[in-house]
Amino acid sequence: MPDLQKPFYAFLTLFTLALIGWGVAQAGGEGLAFGGCAALVIGGALMCLWERSVVRSAFSLMATFVGTGGLFILLGADFVGMAQILIYVGGILALLLFGVMLSPPDMSERRLPRVAGGLVLMGLAVAWVAAKVSTTVTWAALPVEDLPPMSENNAREIGIGFLAPDQYVVAFELAAVLLTVALVAAVYIARRKMSDFQEPQEDA
Amino acid sequence: MGLEAYIAVSAALFGLGVVVIATRRNLLYVLFGVEMILNAANINFVAFNRFNGDGLDGRMFAIFVIILAAAEAAVALAIVLNVYHLFSTTKPAEVDLLRE
Repeated sequence: MPDLQKPFYAFLTLFTLALIGWGVAQAGGEGLAFGGCAALVIGGALMCLWERSVVRSAFSLMATFVGTGGLFILLGADFVGMAQILIYVGGILALLLFGVMLSPPDMSERRLPRVAGGLVLMGLAVAWVAAKVSTTVTWAALPVEDLPPMSENNAREIGIGFLAPDQYVVAFELAAVLLTVALVAAVYIARRKMSDFQEPQEDA
Repeated sequence: MGLEAYIAVSAALFGLGVVVIATRRNLLYVLFGVEMILNAANINFVAFNRFNGDGLDGRMFAIFVIILAAAEAAVALAIVLNVYHLFSTTKPAEVDLLRE
């Protein structure tokens, strides 16, 4: 099988340039930012699918997460964007890398037909759903010119939304309980039992 | 940029996440794919919130999804570590204790 690494990355570069060019043609500076973020999101996901080594896939996910955060900021949700970058890149990705360190390297032959078949099937499915949706659903979305100005104090609004009794305070408290339970459960599941340390087992 | 551009990015990310889960034979890739799918849902939440006028709901949902993703990643990673400890593999097809 020929080495496809270079063609893949050439394709990724062209894809990025095309997306950025399309964005600039559509909306100038904002389009440039949108194209860059979209290229980060989709390019990172493609690279995660493509690379054989788990470490490279995990690091390519960083591009996806950062790009998603950029899209949030472009949509006027800067607090959510910063939380996304903080929690995903700083927390979840670090956690996934712990998992990568503890798993064996898997350099088995890339199953290109399987991946390509999956991509084609999923592309067809997404295109079918998009065609259905675009013909049957009319969204009440505002046109770009009529959008209200972006909120300038997101953090304050979200903080009030969390704590105001008529908004999300119950969900907020439940989320706190859920996080506590999940983290304690994770520690409980992942711990080594005392017997593991007392009688060292032979390598199986 | 209009709403459709954001939805297109979200749909592409969702599709790639499903393909990652379906075609890579490693439990860690299942986690990667799930994170991608959650991110796609989040993009939709925030985009619809923005293009629906002056609301807060979509942003709050996105924050809650991020919280749930953090909890999910911690528990799923603990399960993967335990599976590797018990079976010495992270391939989902080889974890078949209930198949007897």
